[in-house]
Amino acid sequence: MSNVLISARGLKIRFGGVIAADGIDLDVLEGENLAIIGPNGAGKTTFLNMTTGYLRPQAGSVSFLGKDITALPPRTITKLGVARAFQIPQLFLEQTVMENMLMSAAARTGQMTGFRRLMDLPERAEMEALLDLVGVRAFADRRTFELPEGQRKLVDIALALALKPRVLLMDEPTSGVASAEKMGIMDILTNALKQQKVSSVFVEHDMEMVERYASRVAVWSSGKIQIVGPPSEVLQNAEVRAHVIGI
Amino acid sequence: MARLSNLHRVLIAIAIAASIIVPALLPSWTTLVTLILAKGIVVLGIIILLQAGQVSFGHAMFFGLGAYSVAFWGKYLGTGDLLLYIVIAPVVATLVGALVGVFVVRYREIFFGMLNLAFSMVLWSLLEKLYHFTNGADGIRVARPTIAGMAFPPETFQYLLLYITLALALVASFAVQRYLDSPLGHMLKAIKTNETRLEYLGVSARKVLLIGYIISAFLGGLGGALVTVAQQIATPEFAFWTKSGEFVFIAILGGTANAAGAFAGAAMFEIVRFLAAAKLANAWQLILGVVLIVIIMFAPSGLIGLLKRGAASEGKR
Amino acid sequence: MDSTIAILAILDGLSYAALVFLVSVGLSLIFGVLRVVNVAHGSLYAYGAYMAATISLLVAPISPWLTFPALLIAALIIGVFVGGLLETFLLRPVYGREEVLQLLITFAVFMIMDNLQRLIWGVQPIFAAEPVRLLPNVSLLGVTYTSYQVILLPLVALGTLIGLRYFLRHTLSGAVILAVTEDREAATAIGINARNVFLITFIIGATLAALGGALASPTTSLVPGMGTDMIVLSFAVAATAGLGQIEGAAVTALMIGLARAFVIYIQPELEVLVPYLIMVIVLLVRPMGLFGVNKVRKI
Repeated sequence: MSNVLISARGLKIRFGGVIAADGIDLDVLEGENLAIIGPNGAGKTTFLNMTTGYLRPQAGSVSFLGKDITALPPRTITKLGVARAFQIPQLFLEQTVMENMLMSAAARTGQMTGFRRLMDLPERAEMEALLDLVGVRAFADRRTFELPEGQRKLVDIALALALKPRVLLMDEPTSGVASAEKMGIMDILTNALKQQKVSSVFVEHDMEMVERYASRVAVWSSGKIQIVGPPSEVLQNAEVRAHVIGI
Repeated sequence: MARLSNLHRVLIAIAIAASIIVPALLPSWTTLVTLILAKGIVVLGIIILLQAGQVSFGHAMFFGLGAYSVAFWGKYLGTGDLLLYIVIAPVVATLVGALVGVFVVRYREIFFGMLNLAFSMVLWSLLEKLYHFTNGADGIRVARPTIAGMAFPPETFQYLLLYITLALALVASFAVQRYLDSPLGHMLKAIKTNETRLEYLGVSARKVLLIGYIISAFLGGLGGALVTVAQQIATPEFAFWTKSGEFVFIAILGGTANAAGAFAGAAMFEIVRFLAAAKLANAWQLILGVVLIVIIMFAPSGLIGLLKRGAASEGKR
Repeated sequence: MDSTIAILAILDGLSYAALVFLVSVGLSLIFGVLRVVNVAHGSLYAYGAYMAATISLLVAPISPWLTFPALLIAALIIGVFVGGLLETFLLRPVYGREEVLQLLITFAVFMIMDNLQRLIWGVQPIFAAEPVRLLPNVSLLGVTYTSYQVILLPLVALGTLIGLRYFLRHTLSGAVILAVTEDREAATAIGINARNVFLITFIIGATLAALGGALASPTTSLVPGMGTDMIVLSFAVAATAGLGQIEGAAVTALMIGLARAFVIYIQPELEVLVPYLIMVIVLLVRPMGLFGVNKVRKI
């Protein structure tokens, strides 16, 4: 049996009258690509927010490699090896792609110095290789706000990968990307994850993507997990087909 | 733009030359040039915080602390040495900066500005009202200090103070520019554009901002000491909110993208004030206000931005 | 402390709080809608005072009672004309620009207005105490006080508070202003004309500052620097209450006014310290102010 990386138990949170998490139990296993699907407002992003410390659950706990991380802030959880990529790319818009990447590298290696130039850090070659891997090396010297949405999305993921995490949580990695490019991006991405031996969780709406790239699927429905299992099984489930996929 | 551009090299050469030649030709401008350089040092600190998108409307607090460190030393311990003053004053400002900083770096934008303002007004009220210690609004006169144990006549002292200030300004600018180009400096900018993501890189934004805040407090204290020695007086006005506004004003006037802007802005500000005070004594503040509005409306990247634009179009020709 | 001094302090605090409330609620209202801290707000207060004194001194020889409408007219002239011009020609071009630039524009306006004030009205103190003299004194438990300060000023402040509440909750323009305060993006998305809302709000805020100054003018001598002091004080009240909080500003003004008045009788040299100390303490504990609410950013 593979190692449990993240383990969520009985997570509950409500915003006013809306119950965004109503007893979520879920394990993220080493080496898997876990897809999270479900209708809008089912609490998928809230789950990512709770597992990364952005929101604190009102009940329940989250642990990472057996260590309780429920009350820790995002930066501490990140340091432990849980990285996150965002639905809307969260970049440092006034700086170049390479500067963005090198900040991530400096954060990982703890080079919080005021004396050495960022652009002279030894990780520069490594970051170039990483940008190459996700296919945005050509943009390295451009400021991130100049990039098209799809490329921003990739830089957002590269920033997280630069942290060399054990597990990467991605919120709709292909949303906002033209459907013709989706497949290409996911190919690049799964390839990069495999190369770096990073496990992943990704929220996804496109069932074709789920079928193709997920090793396991969890279905969300009004704050609860409806079903978890291999894609072939889950995507054939009649209830899931009716409510989530909408067939 | 990691390395110094040619434009910057030229500007620095002009600034050094002007700082030495102008006072040699116009002795009455010696103190003015010293003040420009000393205030430029303070404004470097404002520029650091502006990288993170934070405006301190209370930075005069550190300027005042530097000034009164010198004044109190003179009042209670006897006239000291310039070299001592330029160590003591920034150290005091840095210590207070670290203490106040721990609190204020938890806040952003208007709250950051407000809290800084409140702290500085507390200091101002104390300087103004604890008359027995501070002489209140009259301020404390500061005698001419020795330099490395030697006493100098006023004219010589003026020039020596200028050269020492120039040297400090150069060191401070290079150090600040290097800091802004470093990982910590870049992370300051990251606080401005996306603090949440910075935390998601595993970085404590508060720690990054605190380091910047402490450096800016240090620079404020150093500048305050130099201005006090140059003007031979420290008054509560040094810590008043309008003084804080003046520093932010100078930063925007010069341009906040790099260290050079601090001195360009300070030069413009002090020269306009100096000339206007001589010709239109009653309207210098009005003139500066109009200049500020024109700069904000038509040249938002400040004087350095204007020069850059000029240099760029020159290059195309 | 004996009871006479306590009553005196309470009455001092009350009349002072009334003035501070008028000025800070204007500042708070402007911030709530425009998201700009108007550094020139204290200058509007000072101009209101000087303008009131000027008009009062003109009309007093005709009939001293005309000085009362003079106070109101002065506030309107400054608020509508000066406020309207400032918003239209100086603030409007910089909306959407960096926050620091908007702040500095108002700082530039402050410098200009401060300078003009000295050019127009000079630096000698001006007195125009007619309205205070016209109203009778009142006695309360052996303490005699001017009814202008302990009755009229608090009444005006209370009237302003009630009027503002009514205006914001029960009129269309008010509802629009509230909508923009609460969520600017959503409000403009549903087609609210932000331009008019900004102008109207700024004029109301500026008029309140000028009214504070006009009402203060009979009770004090007008000197350069009166605006410079008032601006930080009204910052302190608005920030302590929570920016954009109207009722909060009233409570906070009262709190700071009373605290300051008591300190004057106990430890006079600490008077100026009080508001800032309260502000520091409150903001350290509750950064959004006593009555403000926190918002979480969506990611």
